[in-house]
Amino acid sequence: MVMGSLSQQTDVVVIGGGPGGYVAALRAADLGKEVIVVEQRSRRGGVCLLEGCIPSKTLIHSVEIAEGARHGKNFGVLCGEVSIDIEALRANKEKVVTVLSRGIDQLLKARGVEVIEARARFEGPRKLQLSGADVAGIEFRHAIVATGSSIARLPMMEGLEVWTSREALEVKEIPGSLLVIGGGYIGLELGFVYAGLGSRVSVVEMLPSLLTGADKDLVRPVAKSAKSAFEEILLEAKVGGIEKGDDGGFKVEIETNGKTLERNFDQVLVAVGRKPNTSDLGLERTGVKIDERGLIIVDDQCRTAEPSIYAIGDVTAGPMLAHKASRQGKVAAEALAGHNAAFDNRAIPAVVFTRPEVAWAGLTETQARAEGRPVKVGRFPLAALGRARTLGGPDGAFKVISDPDSGLLLGVGMVGPHASELVAEGALAIEMGATLEDLAATIHPHPTLSEGLCEAAEVAMGAAIHITSR
Amino acid sequence: MFKFKLPDLGEGIHEGEILKWYVQEGEAIAEDAPLVDVETDKAAVTIPSPKAGKVVRLGGPVGDTIEVGAIIAVIDDGTEEATQAEASAPVPDQAPPSPEPEDPVPATPTAPAVAPAAAEAGLVRVGPVPAAPAVRRRARELGIDLHQVPGSGPAGRVSNEDLERFAAGGASPAATPAGPAISPAGIPFFQLDPLPDFASQGPVEREPVRSIRRKVARKMVTSMVVVPHVALMDDVDVTDLEEFRQQRKAASAADEAGARLSLLPFVVKAVTECLVEFPMFNASLDPQREEIITKHFYNIGFAADTPRGLLVPVVHDADSKSIAEISAEITRLALGARAGTLAPAEMQGGTFTITNVGPIAGTRLIPTINYPEVAIIGMGRAEQKVVVRDGEIAIRTILPLTLTFDHRIADGADAARFIRRLGELLSSPLTWLLER
Repeated sequence: MVMGSLSQQTDVVVIGGGPGGYVAALRAADLGKEVIVVEQRSRRGGVCLLEGCIPSKTLIHSVEIAEGARHGKNFGVLCGEVSIDIEALRANKEKVVTVLSRGIDQLLKARGVEVIEARARFEGPRKLQLSGADVAGIEFRHAIVATGSSIARLPMMEGLEVWTSREALEVKEIPGSLLVIGGGYIGLELGFVYAGLGSRVSVVEMLPSLLTGADKDLVRPVAKSAKSAFEEILLEAKVGGIEKGDDGGFKVEIETNGKTLERNFDQVLVAVGRKPNTSDLGLERTGVKIDERGLIIVDDQCRTAEPSIYAIGDVTAGPMLAHKASRQGKVAAEALAGHNAAFDNRAIPAVVFTRPEVAWAGLTETQARAEGRPVKVGRFPLAALGRARTLGGPDGAFKVISDPDSGLLLGVGMVGPHASELVAEGALAIEMGATLEDLAATIHPHPTLSEGLCEAAEVAMGAAIHITSR
Repeated sequence: MFKFKLPDLGEGIHEGEILKWYVQEGEAIAEDAPLVDVETDKAAVTIPSPKAGKVVRLGGPVGDTIEVGAIIAVIDDGTEEATQAEASAPVPDQAPPSPEPEDPVPATPTAPAVAPAAAEAGLVRVGPVPAAPAVRRRARELGIDLHQVPGSGPAGRVSNEDLERFAAGGASPAATPAGPAISPAGIPFFQLDPLPDFASQGPVEREPVRSIRRKVARKMVTSMVVVPHVALMDDVDVTDLEEFRQQRKAASAADEAGARLSLLPFVVKAVTECLVEFPMFNASLDPQREEIITKHFYNIGFAADTPRGLLVPVVHDADSKSIAEISAEITRLALGARAGTLAPAEMQGGTFTITNVGPIAGTRLIPTINYPEVAIIGMGRAEQKVVVRDGEIAIRTILPLTLTFDHRIADGADAARFIRRLGELLSSPLTWLLER
């Protein structure tokens, strides 16, 4: 037998070991399936753990500590000059990633899931071809495509050593000046990180607002904070060209308001979105159908047009978020095991770790307006919340979006400290079919920020205690 | 805003079942892009969108029956309120876009009279039904569409108790569109327990019960629950008939109708004559008015095994047709059933049914009555048997027959006389001819 000619057989093969893929593998194994995960990287966890959410949140936490120390004097705490130890910062981030990635491998091992480090392509609806491993192919009963997405690139980047989020999260250096192309959540989160580390940050966004898609009232406190943290924010602006400058930096042409500005930056970070990894998978040798955006078309059980193949996460329609992928992973594993599971969730929480944080779940006011759907909205400002005052009175608000007739909760939104944690209550309430009254009648602990959601529900009901209605 | 009404799907077709939506509410659709698959008694058809625009509302969830002329989708094409060829049937004002809390209160007499279908369409919940994730999952496992379940909670929220009550048969008015719902609740010992988790026992596959399968299921459960079935069996000596049939087949081998001549048309004709003689087997019982309806027309249905499932085409006015005519008609109807080209009228109006599984296999069967008919004949396999005739052993061709009948209308002695007469006709074709 020649090396590389071996073919293996299994019940389930999961392509991709990210937050969708490894979760699907674990659930399928728990349901009694023989499972193989094929992952081309040497570590499990995917973009989220290795070069996305987790490293980024580790850095954000470091910056929060620095910011806390800088503002300590407002609270009677003097810290002196705050400085950044970039080596230690990187080491801490790397430790977090390593511990978590090893944890995934341990979980997979404990469930008897085999991991093969290789690149996989479909040879047909029941067979995968592998490259880069001793095993040449896998014959499977079911496959789950969980190959995720890649960073979208701009043609003008080619040949230049500009950053994407991947390089930015490596923190090789703290540039004196940084241009962030893209005012979406990745661009802004990293912008706040580097601003906190000491860079002079500028942001260029094509659209008229930062964080497009989020409700305007939720974006406003972030825009305000960005304005003071960043050097410059250019909206409705486009980068016309990037050139290598004389000083090792970059010369960037920015078109805005009919003018062309020329600026020099030490580094440029391109954060213009992500695209699904579906082009080089051999899907054309199966019955899997792909839409014009390259997304795999699936039903509510995450099954593709090819009955033996499922797809989850960023390769399917919907927000490219780890928690959506994980939930789909469970659904796909359960569905292929014969359970009647479905991805019928009504709220996929969106969380943005800017300063302040923004989060929402379910229907947004923007969406309701676009659909011409009547809704009743209740807003409650953080300024009226005791706990917020103890934190220094940060800017922010809670809001609920409800059905005007029945009081059914349709969406929640929040901006302020810990919004990313607080949104989970709203997501649960929406999934449970809660009404405003359910939220309002639930005792929320005092003094906490969580009271804000309860108060916003009361505002929508016209029964607010802590603010006077206009 | 364009209100798209379910178009005419062919002669005699008044309704269709929604099989599949190609779009969801809020999604955009192009003109002529597929909108919905609808299955009628005849065939499944894909209906394209007549307009480009955004789909504001769908006419109902998958599995719902929708009538021709009812609104199947509302499409925002940028125009003002408009409907294609405003139909005469009054349609209730567009339901609010949010799911209405569904009070199962019947329309008060002062309410404007609306066509039942339209009123029902207005009641259908669209969009997500408020229910906890665990309740939604349980509904899927039970194969229940939550849109059908009346929610007792605020905002029409469906609780697990609501769902279990619905599953146990405490049906809502929406679930049984025709006639008052007769709940099996209250029958001692009657209990529908949740199914065991088969998936933990081995690989399983689940598919929804739809279309013809669902119709058969409904009809059979109704029949078995409502009708006290009694089955009476007999063996009929069809040696002479078989001899005659084989001769006719050979003689008219060139003639296609003759070549296909089977036992069935003879049984259809003989049954028809028995029905004239014993009218209680050509009747129906009206349980509301407690009346027996005796029919003076003789339409004999026969079970046809088709790729889409069990269909029962009907030979109308069998009393006025010759055996040759009946034979030709059975051939035509059977082919049509298999091809899916039968008109609904060709499968309606039956007064009695015959099922003939004999050619496949089976010595005999006990068929279930095709409700609201009162009796059915099941034909086993006609084959040569050793029998005793006048103290001698003889080889004769024997056709096993089972008459299942509704004991509310007929008694065992009636059935025995019916099957004896049927046996006489089929065993002595010459005498039968002579009598005519």
